[in-house]
Amino acid sequence: MSKTNFSELNPAWGDRQPILVGFLCNWCSYRAADLAGTSRLGYPATLRDIRIMCTGRLDPAFVLKALREGADGVLVMGCHPGQCHYQEGNYKAMRRIALLRRTLAQLGVHPDRVQLAWASAAQGTIFTEKVAAMTDVVGRLGPLEWRDTIEDPAPQMKVLSLEEVAHG
Amino acid sequence: MASTNGKPKLALYWASSCGGCEIAVLAIHEKLLEVAEAFDVVFWPCAMDFKQAEVEAMADGEIDVCLFNGAIRNDHNAHMAHLLRQKSKVLVAFGSCANEGCMPGLANFTDREHILRFIYQESPSTDNPQGVRPQLRTEVPEGTLELPDFWNTVKTLDQVVPVDYYLPGCPPEAKWVAAAVDAIVTNKLPPPGSVIGMDVAVCDECPRKRDVKKITRFYRPYEIVPDPEICLLEQGLFCAGIATRAGCGALCPSVNMGCRGCYGPVEGVEDIGARLISAIGSIIEAKTPEEIDAVLDTLPDPAGYFYRFSLARSFLRRTRMGQQDGRRVAEPIAEVPRLEPELAD
Repeated sequence: MSKTNFSELNPAWGDRQPILVGFLCNWCSYRAADLAGTSRLGYPATLRDIRIMCTGRLDPAFVLKALREGADGVLVMGCHPGQCHYQEGNYKAMRRIALLRRTLAQLGVHPDRVQLAWASAAQGTIFTEKVAAMTDVVGRLGPLEWRDTIEDPAPQMKVLSLEEVAHG
Repeated sequence: MASTNGKPKLALYWASSCGGCEIAVLAIHEKLLEVAEAFDVVFWPCAMDFKQAEVEAMADGEIDVCLFNGAIRNDHNAHMAHLLRQKSKVLVAFGSCANEGCMPGLANFTDREHILRFIYQESPSTDNPQGVRPQLRTEVPEGTLELPDFWNTVKTLDQVVPVDYYLPGCPPEAKWVAAAVDAIVTNKLPPPGSVIGMDVAVCDECPRKRDVKKITRFYRPYEIVPDPEICLLEQGLFCAGIATRAGCGALCPSVNMGCRGCYGPVEGVEDIGARLISAIGSIIEAKTPEEIDAVLDTLPDPAGYFYRFSLARSFLRRTRMGQQDGRRVAEPIAEVPRLEPELAD
């Protein structure tokens, strides 16, 4: 797959590429990623995958921390509903991610920066499609750069003279 | 302990706070006499006439213990935090503002420009046709008048200077203030960096009965009369007790009001919102995106519920900042356009 110029999607990227953090469940999506690799399927090199045992193990703190530490988006992938290795984990993830997205929207973070998707161990192509789609979404949203947001205690104001100050 | 009477020196200061912490100090009742007996109070602007210049004239580390309440939201708060850190051997973050940002920290949902515009121009009770705003420095015939600069982002005390002990609560309960005083007087302080309080959740102190019940919707307090015996969260009333540090004796849940979260996140939790999202995700009875949305629609303002006291010390700390006319401003909480493709099937 040819290298995408992300500044065409959003000029704020410049030379930079989106950084996506992927939390992939051990039993389905991580194996789908393995399958994509062994099948030599191409997909954008934007995802840093982290294997977790189940999407139900995903503490929303992982997502918040990833965003704070420089991720532009977080893709959580697990087993299809009804196929969780631990029966309920992916349903819990569905509810947590839905609530997390609402919370993030209130904090000015576009909720589509955090998404949940499913891929079974046999669905290497689905995995690559989801990564490509997520890369496209985040590419259009632009960089998040949370560090800039929190390192901003005080803007300086200029000093006004007596004449400039409007006295009511 | 260079004090003339040989007593250790105590300082109490308030930065961006409501004054409730000062009252919490008085709430230790007759133990206050012990404080007066054991300590030489060298700085307590709320209660006695002390000047900043007197603190500035002290030697470094001359104050033995400083109880610092209030968040840091302007240059003067920060100056006092640095000053008192330099002059104090032990600096205690006293109360929720100094620990987690508390109510002042909710300003992190917006920014300086929006706050000043509302307060000085747009609030219904304001009459200010010329839009006069406070200035950092103003030249007047008598000289220069100065005001501290107001920050976009409210910070906790330990985001500005190193803190030795944490005494959480809005305000800290008298028994914990007394425990802290005892520990200091008897020189039995825990290791530096400790929280003076409990390390379990409010649920552990809550007398209500817990089941494993799932909920199908949330109620706001005016919508139902809660059962006095059963866990409020299981009745659909939002309660932050599951993620909040104990120490208050579950005061709010005991009177049919869900825990607000004023003791900050429980030991081991950095972001109270993440923990609450996790817990609420477990108790909702819904299995499809539509059902989940329907349940979550009954919980308006989740960020406000989750970060009521702890926004300034959460992972993200504030709303996102963007650029507007060369100024840094908070990104508006707008209706977000749904982007295609929607990933979840």
